[in-house]
Amino acid sequence: MTAQEVRLCGLLLQEHFGEVVERIGTHLLRGGAQNLRTIANETNTPLDLVKKSLCVLVQHGACEFGSGRRGPGSPVEYRASCERVLRVLRYPRYIYTAKTLYGDTGELIVEEVLQRGHMTMSNTVKTVADRLTHNMEEGRSMEYSEVVSAFSKLVETHFLQRCPPVAEMGTAATSTNPATPGTPAASASTAPPTAESNPDCYKLPHVTLIGRGKRRRSSDDSEEQRGGKKAKMDSESCGDEGIYWQVNFERFHQHFRDQAIISAVASKLDQTSSEIVRTMLRMSEVTTTQTAAYTQPLSANEIFRSLPPNYSISRPILDQYLSLLVDDPMEFVGKSGDSGGGMYVISKEPWPTWRELHWSLWYRRGWCVCQSWFGSRSARIFRLLLRKRHLEQKQVEDFAMIPAKEAKDMLYTLLSENLVQLQEIPKTPDHAPSRTFYLYTVNQLPTARLLLQHCYKTVANLIERRLFETKENKRLLEKSQRIEAILASLQASGAEPEQLTEVEEMITAPERQQLEALRHHINKLDSTENQVDETVFLLESYIFSTKTK
Amino acid sequence: MAGLGRGRGRGKGYMSFSIEAVGIGKGENLPPSILQPTPLFPPMEHKPVPLVMGEEAEYMLALKQEFRGNMKTLPFYVRPAVSKKDVERYSDKYQNSEPSDNTLEWNPDWKRLPKELRIRVKKPLKENTSLSVDTPVDPKPSKKTRVDKEEIIHKLEVGITLEKKEEEVTSDEEEGEKKKQEEEQQDGEEEYDEEEFEEETDYIMSYFDNGEEFGGDSDDNMDEAIY
Repeated sequence: MTAQEVRLCGLLLQEHFGEVVERIGTHLLRGGAQNLRTIANETNTPLDLVKKSLCVLVQHGACEFGSGRRGPGSPVEYRASCERVLRVLRYPRYIYTAKTLYGDTGELIVEEVLQRGHMTMSNTVKTVADRLTHNMEEGRSMEYSEVVSAFSKLVETHFLQRCPPVAEMGTAATSTNPATPGTPAASASTAPPTAESNPDCYKLPHVTLIGRGKRRRSSDDSEEQRGGKKAKMDSESCGDEGIYWQVNFERFHQHFRDQAIISAVASKLDQTSSEIVRTMLRMSEVTTTQTAAYTQPLSANEIFRSLPPNYSISRPILDQYLSLLVDDPMEFVGKSGDSGGGMYVISKEPWPTWRELHWSLWYRRGWCVCQSWFGSRSARIFRLLLRKRHLEQKQVEDFAMIPAKEAKDMLYTLLSENLVQLQEIPKTPDHAPSRTFYLYTVNQLPTARLLLQHCYKTVANLIERRLFETKENKRLLEKSQRIEAILASLQASGAEPEQLTEVEEMITAPERQQLEALRHHINKLDSTENQVDETVFLLESYIFSTKTK
Repeated sequence: MAGLGRGRGRGKGYMSFSIEAVGIGKGENLPPSILQPTPLFPPMEHKPVPLVMGEEAEYMLALKQEFRGNMKTLPFYVRPAVSKKDVERYSDKYQNSEPSDNTLEWNPDWKRLPKELRIRVKKPLKENTSLSVDTPVDPKPSKKTRVDKEEIIHKLEVGITLEKKEEEVTSDEEEGEKKKQEEEQQDGEEEYDEEEFEEETDYIMSYFDNGEEFGGDSDDNMDEAIY
């Protein structure tokens, strides 16, 4: 956990869960596994607040608990997960993807589950149906069955998964309840069970949910709001207690990667070939495990049958496209046999294609960074070095077609920013400087890590700036909110237009301008965070792929 | 890294490697060495690339801001209870708007959390029910100095009705707000705390005769006439 990561995590926790949770969370991130008392003492927080914060963190999967280091008798220890907190940055992307795949219903389901951390299926269905009904016209309401079908689709394609079962622990705190002896597996294993280890991970519970969404009446608004927002359990049980669902982030990441492959193919070749690749990927979505090297081999016949109907290309043309894809130096598709008209696979793992693809996607980012920091000619040098791996000073000048003096300057700037490195190759055993080669090169992995840390720092700076802007103009924002509330209540009670204009004029024109500028700034900062997160995803993905070789 | 040691104090011009190899010509002016940290906002030489704008970006932006706004209203946004103001106000007793530290406004599945995190919530008291103070950690009853908000049965007899309030019990001793907690027994025998009564009500207690002593003497010696 680097300092930048912890800082960013702290800001994200603060924005979504408040300062108390932020304090506890950062403390856990910095200090590793700790027990309850230690946290309370070291953060000088009342014990109840600590408990509340830990409940919130565990609910959202940001924190795990396990028996202490000294064995089952010692107090429970809590561990926060930096990676999980950083996912919060990507929530809008997940929700948007769900919308593109499964429509508004899917979008709301994913949004609800992300907001609550984990939920039962019945709870989710009811809440989403109510929300959809609220947005519909008068007299219409949302059937539970529609929501259930969207939910099932999400589970079938593994976007939602069951929460892993919690290991039973005997707590050391109670002397009156001895540790239950009947949990041998839990006490033996120290690693918390993952979601995937549960064989029922993607099995829907057998519940029949019949009903329609309830529309919120304006008179009951406050009551329903409290009921809805506080997630009170209904008095009638639906038969799926204890089965909680959470969002499967890895599956979403796989989807993002697939999209990256498809767009890379589209930009390199053409639309039709990208459609073919998309079809192949969709067919093998659920059959391939995440760490598989290749997708299952798909025969050309199958591909032909599964192409979307509006892409009606004839069989020989499909074969031509496939051979084109296979022959491409990027090696998107590999051929693995001839039965069924030719078996084709898409390589998904580091070697060779996925890594190549990652690398190429990554290096584009690096190149973009280079360009924006130092100009297009430095970017040209960077790209050259990536392609040619090692070059001498003189060669750089020649290949990049940049005059010597400028090339030197740029190389040193790149060197000082650690985007390129210098490699010594001695000619003689005594390493005499005059007889040594000095080659410029780019070390991909360290450079990728460096860029990733820069990205984290960037996002943290963006968030801080946004908070600063909001704080500076707090008075103005509060005033405008109050006036909007007054306007809304006046309109609801049917006021005259003169009264409305009178209230509106309480905000003066320069204040209005200031508000407008403020909103523009904040929107820009927010939008930038989203976009930096795309780079973060790419870099994280690349670094992860180099680890699992 | 490579031999870029700039002569470590030996003065400019003497380096451990041949500078021609790296490309610095003889007699060329090197930029002066920097002796302070880089400025906080360094001037940018090149303008940054403009943001990607589009429907997708705007939608995600709206999603993000909405999500943040929603999170602030959910019970997961933990706000520490504001400590009481300097003077205790009369209306404090009747306003219980702020959530206190030892409540959890949502019901997690307690089976998925370790026992020590459990914060118990009590339902409102009914008559003649005993309060079983369930403290998983500390079985000792905790007498803390807290403001009394509990309904006491015999106050009903006296004719003063207090409102029922929810009482929450922590599983451990806490500093924080000051609340007084008393344990009740089944048969309703409580301590008759006159000072407490005087604080709570508007009426001066010494003027009020609750009539308990009225029929008390009639038990002994009915032969005597009562004037």
